[in-house]
Amino acid sequence: MTTAAEVRTREPQPDESAILVVDDLHVTFPTLGGTKVRAVRGLSYQLRRGEALGIVGESGSGKSVSSLAMMGLLPRTTQISGSIRLDGKELIGMHDREASELRGKKISMIFQEPLSALTPVYTVGAQVVEALRVHTDLSKERAQARAVELLDLVGIPNPRERAKAFPHEFSGGMRQRVMIAMAIANDPDVLIADEQSTALDVNIHAQILEVLQTARRETGAAVIMITHDLGVVAGLADRVLVMYAGRPVELGTTDEVYYAPRMPYTMGLLGSIPRLDASGRSALVPIEGSPPSLANLPSGCPFRPRCPLAIDICAEEEPPLESVRGASHRAACHRKEEIETNGWSVGDVFPVPELGIAPVERLPREQRPVALAVEGLVKHYPLMKGVVFKRRVGTVQAVDGVDFDIREGETLGLVGESGCGKTTTLLQILELVKPQAGTIQVAGKDTNDLHNAHARKALRRDLQVVFQDPQASLDPRLPVGDVLAEPMRTHGYDRKHIDARIKELLGLVGLEAGHAGRYPQEFSGGQRQRVGIARALALEPKLVVLDEPVSALDVSIRAGVINLLMQLRAELSLSYLFVAHDLSVVRVIADRVAVMYLGRIVEIGVVDSVYASPSHPYTQALLSAIPIPDPDKERTRERIVLQGDLPSPADPPSGCRFRTRCQRFLTLTEGEKQLCIDRYPPLIPMGPDHSAACHYAEPVAVIPEQSKERKRRRST
Amino acid sequence: MGKYLVRRLINYVVLVFIATSLAYLLAAVSLNPREHFQGRNPPVPVTTQDRILSAYNINDKTPVLDRYGHWLDDLVHGNLGRDFDGGYVGANLSRRMWVSGQLLLIGTILGGLVGVGAGAWAAVRHKRVADYSLTQGAFFILSCPTFVIAILLQVGATRLNDAVGHRLISFSGQSDPALQGGFFSHLGDRLDHLILPTITLMLVGAAGLMLYQRAAMLDVLGSDYVRTARAKGLRRRTALTKHALRTALIPSMTIFTFSFATIFVGAIFTEVIFGWHGMGEWFVQTIQGNDTNGVAAVTAVTAVLILIASFLQDIIVALLDPRVRVG
Ligand SMILES: Nc1ncnc2c1ncn2[C@@H]1O[C@H](COP(=O)(O)OP(=O)(O)OP(=O)(O)O)[C@@H](O)[C@H]1O
Ligand code: SF4
Ligand code: SF4
Ligand SMILES: [Mg+2]
Repeated sequence: MTTAAEVRTREPQPDESAILVVDDLHVTFPTLGGTKVRAVRGLSYQLRRGEALGIVGESGSGKSVSSLAMMGLLPRTTQISGSIRLDGKELIGMHDREASELRGKKISMIFQEPLSALTPVYTVGAQVVEALRVHTDLSKERAQARAVELLDLVGIPNPRERAKAFPHEFSGGMRQRVMIAMAIANDPDVLIADEQSTALDVNIHAQILEVLQTARRETGAAVIMITHDLGVVAGLADRVLVMYAGRPVELGTTDEVYYAPRMPYTMGLLGSIPRLDASGRSALVPIEGSPPSLANLPSGCPFRPRCPLAIDICAEEEPPLESVRGASHRAACHRKEEIETNGWSVGDVFPVPELGIAPVERLPREQRPVALAVEGLVKHYPLMKGVVFKRRVGTVQAVDGVDFDIREGETLGLVGESGCGKTTTLLQILELVKPQAGTIQVAGKDTNDLHNAHARKALRRDLQVVFQDPQASLDPRLPVGDVLAEPMRTHGYDRKHIDARIKELLGLVGLEAGHAGRYPQEFSGGQRQRVGIARALALEPKLVVLDEPVSALDVSIRAGVINLLMQLRAELSLSYLFVAHDLSVVRVIADRVAVMYLGRIVEIGVVDSVYASPSHPYTQALLSAIPIPDPDKERTRERIVLQGDLPSPADPPSGCRFRTRCQRFLTLTEGEKQLCIDRYPPLIPMGPDHSAACHYAEPVAVIPEQSKERKRRRST
Repeated sequence: MGKYLVRRLINYVVLVFIATSLAYLLAAVSLNPREHFQGRNPPVPVTTQDRILSAYNINDKTPVLDRYGHWLDDLVHGNLGRDFDGGYVGANLSRRMWVSGQLLLIGTILGGLVGVGAGAWAAVRHKRVADYSLTQGAFFILSCPTFVIAILLQVGATRLNDAVGHRLISFSGQSDPALQGGFFSHLGDRLDHLILPTITLMLVGAAGLMLYQRAAMLDVLGSDYVRTARAKGLRRRTALTKHALRTALIPSMTIFTFSFATIFVGAIFTEVIFGWHGMGEWFVQTIQGNDTNGVAAVTAVTAVLILIASFLQDIIVALLDPRVRVG
């Protein structure tokens, strides 16, 4: 465990020379059609020695492109202008031979694409050795020894043996560590960590951040952290740069940007993130619309179409990045002074929608009808081997005895690492057939009693699903109207009714009736997900199963979809089973939460109680791993970082399945440990509607309270 | 890896047996050696016909399975049967095999190298002149029958010879029978005769492989690990050969057998056109001559060769790809 504050370097002296100076960087990609994609338009910043800078922005805002320009790794046809000086040396226009000597030695980049970033045909050891030997004349033996040291440093167990393994024998998290080992092999001055928008698993992410901090401490390198997640940089960065449509729009110390944002986009971004420390179910700040196309930028401020503060001049002149009142804090907005003077906060700039509540929610939980009840659900897959003659070599216990129920108008969040059995549980429910063991009841009907397709079809009306990837789940050849009509036709609605319903549905999810004739690819990601939701609602279901419905969406768009889901629930008295790996989204949308680990539920209960006093060590670790977009809190937070990866569900540990990674287990006496090894712990009550499956369960608060003082500061 | 290869080898032996048997049965059923007696003057009596045909185990009056059994029995004893003129198929085969072997071996190796090299280079020069011309060239060769290519090459060689005023490149037969001189002048003469047939086979083999290698390489060029290699500080060329090409070889080696088969078919035409007395020429002759045993032998050898190529391919892929070797 490390607190973020320990490894945070001091704010460097202002007179210290900068290691990296970016000045008016422009990057343009010519495209086949002759139009130009202006990916970066005038980026300037300085990075001091040992400093950590966070670059934040949505997908396509130019974060990666600007760093690739620094590394000299953009395609040869790219037009780059401006200046990038590393330790006084100009990088732009440098010959590849010279640039190769700097790359990996003075400036390194960690690409966070865990699965594909290592060459499949060489051992990981050989790849680290290669990184060392390009820049030094270490002998092979010395380099190998050093590679093993580096692998050890980044936390690869048994580094000597594991160095001989090939990438495909490593898990994603381990490959990521190898990437870091290569990047720090030559003690670089600047380390760029580029995080993909498709999030890693919470745990792996936390592990990687920890390794990154170790790396930073060891090398003393200045770090550029590129991410779309304002939470990640809050505790790690000294300064933050926000990018929008290829431009820097706000730059300041972390405290300035988080506590006193002066540019509406930053404000919206901060308000749109679901927060772990939110107090109960709450609406998020939606930023309407979507980012502009870089090939066809509007004149004036690129954020204008989405900005609630826009005035006339915004359409004419693009605001430069300028200091707010002579401070180091800079923002690109025509109204930054006004924002400063009036002390406008997020809530003042962006109207937060009111969330209603469904009539049924006024009843106490026990009196509401049960929408879905799952008891002792089991799904085991046989594990087969062999090409021609398959033989069973084991059993994958994907779901192994899961119980929960959802009442009408209620949302249950089902969370856990990938591979823990969330999706299997959900698919079992959707199939509406008799499970291998246990029972599933939808709207009071037991799936064991559905004897024919007809009965199943009737019940299917009550149960609908929204998938993660809106792109993949909509047929690109069907106009949206047909997509929506399809389920209704199957269920024998008549033509007139269908047409009316399509209009109604589009309106319900915030699209226009005129959109019915368009094809899915003409919509943005957020709009496509709205179509997916509309389709699920077509048959007026009672229960909607949502499989990671917002994890493929950009931050600012995500908020709108979450709000929509909350509104629909209130208006239509829906019940949701919300499957997600993101605990902060669950925090704002769910009433109850169930945490799964290796096919079983380890903790379940009302959200307020589980988040405030998580009692299972796994829940505690998960919650502590999620960053909060609040620098003060992040700096002082204790992180519980789980060791290792999820064990194989084909061979789960005896007794408590979590014991191989349990931080609590390590603190127990030998006698106490024996119980964990011998017996699987039953769910024991920890409060009214809150229970945990741990022999030694005890509540530990891992999320800092929303502090009074901060609240006051934010509203000034 | 050893176990994996042994398993494959057993598979291949079984396959060779099946392929050869099928080839024999097909030849036995569809060819008609009795045609040799037709139109003879004076006509050969049917009993004499039968005696001769039976002696060679090609009598259509014997049930085909009996003939097959007989043939197999001989085969086990190393006897491939006799052809219609009374010659031994085995002797013929062993002579011609070396003639074709030369062509095939050199053609395959060169075709493989040129195909992989050109494919990789075209990919690196994606959408530039070199890429367009190589790709167009490959499509041209693929769409052209082999004999057209051979003839085009001959025409070119004739022009060249005329231009320089003496015979620089020879293209009929395997060697010049009238040549006097020592070992080296004979060797030179042999090589000279090899040039055009080899180029023909090389082009035929390389074209398909090149297109495939180009596609594989293009896939790999945009990959994250090539970018990682560059980010480590590897020069472009090193990253391209050590990381990109090395990995892109794996998918294109899986069509090695296929490209070998095209070379083999190409060899049939090439031998006929360039007057080489090899397997290809023999294949055509045996079919025309209704020589059942000969056809069966040629097909059997082809099957063995193709399966050797497949086995080689398995070994190469296993060596190249740790995922096959380790996992
Ligand atoms: N090689 C390229 N050719 C053409 N356009 C490109 C190229 N690389 C990037 N772009 C475009 O440049 C813009 C900025 O891309 P960039 O990768 O920097 O985004 P990002 O901020 O890193 O996003 P993400 O969060 O998704 O990683 C995008 O519109 C992208 O499509
Ligand atoms: S310049 Fe205008 S449109 Fe742009 S952010 Fe500021 S107020 Fe909004
Ligand atoms: S039962 Fe034991 S091993 Fe399992 S979570 Fe509790 S303390 Fe950890
Ligand atoms: Mg990026």
